[in-house]
Amino acid sequence: MVSALFPLHVDQAETRRRGKRLVGPIDMHLTGTGATVIIGPNGSGKTTLLSLLHGTTRLHAGTIRWQVSTEAARAAQCFVFQRPILLRRSVADNIAYPLRLRGVGRAAALARANEWAERVGLGDMADRPAPMLSGGEQQKLALARALITDPDVLFLDEPCAALDGRAMRDIEGILQAEKAKGTHLILSTHDMGQARRLADEVIFMCGGQVVEHAPATTFFEAPGTPQARAFLNGDIVE
Amino acid sequence: MVDLWDGLVQAAWLVLSLDAELADIALRSLYVTLTALLIACAIAFPLAAFLAVRRFRWRRTVIAILNALMGLPPVVVGLVVYVLLSRSGPFGVLGLLFTPTAMIIAQVLILVPLIASIAHQSLRDLWQEYHDLLISLNVTQTQKMRTLLWDARRALLTAALAGFGRGIGEVGAIMIVGGNIDNVTRVLTTAIALETGKGAFALALALGFVLIGLTIVVNLTIHWLGQTEREGRW
Repeated sequence: MVSALFPLHVDQAETRRRGKRLVGPIDMHLTGTGATVIIGPNGSGKTTLLSLLHGTTRLHAGTIRWQVSTEAARAAQCFVFQRPILLRRSVADNIAYPLRLRGVGRAAALARANEWAERVGLGDMADRPAPMLSGGEQQKLALARALITDPDVLFLDEPCAALDGRAMRDIEGILQAEKAKGTHLILSTHDMGQARRLADEVIFMCGGQVVEHAPATTFFEAPGTPQARAFLNGDIVE
Repeated sequence: MVDLWDGLVQAAWLVLSLDAELADIALRSLYVTLTALLIACAIAFPLAAFLAVRRFRWRRTVIAILNALMGLPPVVVGLVVYVLLSRSGPFGVLGLLFTPTAMIIAQVLILVPLIASIAHQSLRDLWQEYHDLLISLNVTQTQKMRTLLWDARRALLTAALAGFGRGIGEVGAIMIVGGNIDNVTRVLTTAIALETGKGAFALALALGFVLIGLTIVVNLTIHWLGQTEREGRW
């Protein structure tokens, strides 16, 4: 089922910092099915594009149009950062936080948080202070905190960048389940294996521009641009 | 050296014999400073949170002034409050001069900038840490401030303790607005000043040791209640 937020139209969108263009102009069209994976070298603007779509980076030119009001769109989105940001609270209180913001009572919010802690494999750590978790556990917590509001769109900025194989497998399992439920994932990654496993469509970025936007199978088997071909071959693309 | 020793002995004696006058002025010291501290915290914490999250034109100036006011000379604060509360002053009709309330007002003025400055430092750091997440979650200004204040509670405790230390040991302002009247506005610090002036060094020292002891006890109690310095806590 495609969320009422889609299709998303991005038209000549760009963002600048101190007069220098970081990303853009970008034109694209997302239909909101499955997972969109953004790949590209360091500094190509993947993170900026994600936060631009999410609405936390200032749009200096162009438009980003969801099918609902900006406010409703923001309420149906969540963002998982590359380095998880943890509140100085217990694991359960961290996961419950977005619900508390929405006015859910403490007991009900904590009950849901404990369910989610269980689901992402943090069930026996619910009372631990969050900053004491390991890297993988912290990212699982961030994921549970993002998913507890049942978002239509989940942005993930290199969610597995610093994680080992097992933590990555756990997190990809959760993401696959969400995808199957109809949540649209938009994630950036460096890991080509992960991109192949999760992607339904691929956005390849280079130098702040979208160089290629194609279905995953097409992109990985027959990339249409020389930069994408070079990137997939493991050459250094700048 | 003999004076110091006499002071210690006399302090022990005053405490052990539960001296009524000592208890009276020690309790008044606590009452004035703790009340002032409570009011000052209620003003300073939200102010610090506001300054940490809100961007407005004169923000940096306000913070700089607040930091400068940390060193506000108590005597001057006392003088200003005295003028405001004196019979001919704008608040003269309230008849507050030479009462514990006047002392509390003066101490609140001294404590607010100090507590707000220290609290602001830690709230600002925490805000930097939380910024991206809270912006992404679309929190309102009030929710932002509440989250920061709650998660920085231990740092705020430190700010409050610094305020307590300044308040309980302060003599300039409360001497002026309180008047050091026996049984009404005499507190430990003003009593020490008086006894020193009279040449009763041993008694003055004894009161001084009681004051230090009191400060330590209050600090330990608050630390114990707040469970600071435990593993994995903030």
